[in-house]
Amino acid sequence: MATTGLHEAHIYEVLDAVKDPEIDTVSIIDLGMIERVQVNDGHIRIEVLPTFSGCPALTIIQQNIKKAVEQLDGVREVSVVFINHPTWTSDRVTEKGREGLKKFGIAPPPRFLKEDGSWHVDCPYCGSTYVTLENIFGPTACRSILYCKSCKNPFEAMKIISTSM
Amino acid sequence: MTNEITPEYKKAVLTVLYQLADDDYLFSYRGSEWLGLAPHIEEDVAFSSITQDTMGHAKLYYTLLEELGEGSADSLAQLRPKEERCNSLLVERPNGEGYYKEAPNYDWGYAVARNYIYTTAKKAKIDALKASSYAPIREVAVKISTELYYHQMHWTTWFTQLCTATEESRSRMMKALQEVIKDAGDLLSFGKSVKHITACELIESEVAIKERWLAIVTPTFEAVEIAIPVLPDPIINGRDGQHTDDLTSAIETMSEVYRSDLAASW
Repeated sequence: MATTGLHEAHIYEVLDAVKDPEIDTVSIIDLGMIERVQVNDGHIRIEVLPTFSGCPALTIIQQNIKKAVEQLDGVREVSVVFINHPTWTSDRVTEKGREGLKKFGIAPPPRFLKEDGSWHVDCPYCGSTYVTLENIFGPTACRSILYCKSCKNPFEAMKIISTSM
Repeated sequence: MTNEITPEYKKAVLTVLYQLADDDYLFSYRGSEWLGLAPHIEEDVAFSSITQDTMGHAKLYYTLLEELGEGSADSLAQLRPKEERCNSLLVERPNGEGYYKEAPNYDWGYAVARNYIYTTAKKAKIDALKASSYAPIREVAVKISTELYYHQMHWTTWFTQLCTATEESRSRMMKALQEVIKDAGDLLSFGKSVKHITACELIESEVAIKERWLAIVTPTFEAVEIAIPVLPDPIINGRDGQHTDDLTSAIETMSEVYRSDLAASW
């Protein structure tokens, strides 16, 4: 059986359809979780960066990746492995990912740390900067809880995760 | 990755990993017993989130042990008896009188003091582990430190506020701190294998780690005007498998579901 037609690009296409199990507007590529894809004669190895250490969605994501890639013609074996280097940081979330998070009502992770280590989040609904941080910790490991004083909506924001903090 | 390691080096790696894994596992378990009991709802969210992160850290260490042929991460976490555990005495201490499902009489001051001391000690170790000679430990240390940043900020805030809020809160924190420090003798110890571990450059010496810890806690203790506590010599050393019966009951409770059906897939 000819397997030479299978390229990394095909795998990435499929991976872009694998969504975060809790946030269906972002894919695992949008989240910056895919570090490497290797295709070798139908054997596919996908290296994935875990986002938050205690996130229960990680195992589900691993299974969903395997299932999705196995559907492709010419695939013989798929291994999905979590690696710890490089470490996942929130600046790996892509522009498309940031838009997808907003669509879901989650403010994307702050991009910049100020010199004193502080950071700022805007309301994902109205864009206001007039927000308060209610709780750095939230309903899931990756999110904080905030409140918009302009449009009076509570909202969540993805935490900033940086190796320089 | 691990092709070149000698049996002696591997033994030292295993020793370090068991200590780190068991510490976070038990710390996370004690945290989970507070679920629904914290002073207010936002704290319940925060504390349980920290507890969840910490179980993730334990899992990272147990997974490295699994990769070194020690058995599955789940069985290492759930099935090892008391004598094989390497956690510190501080994390096996119960949260207080009573049981979390019926009449728990837990003291929030004790929880804050323990969590503050444990988290700052963990920070000192994690920073040192970033220079470990064993690459997988270095990598995991970098990952954990990105989350630990928030934990440290959280417990430092609580600790500072309760130490300075009212006379009652201050005196209760002083008492809680005494209780915590009494049990913290083995927290920064590596047990009887210490020479071997440091010779393998897996982590800095106990003295160097203690200095790191002091540098972390000094500004906080100065701010609340409380003398920096002196860590005592260990009463018993958990790093060498010396434990209390509190650990046995913690393991029994924690692993009850897992042991009920070892073949089940959760």
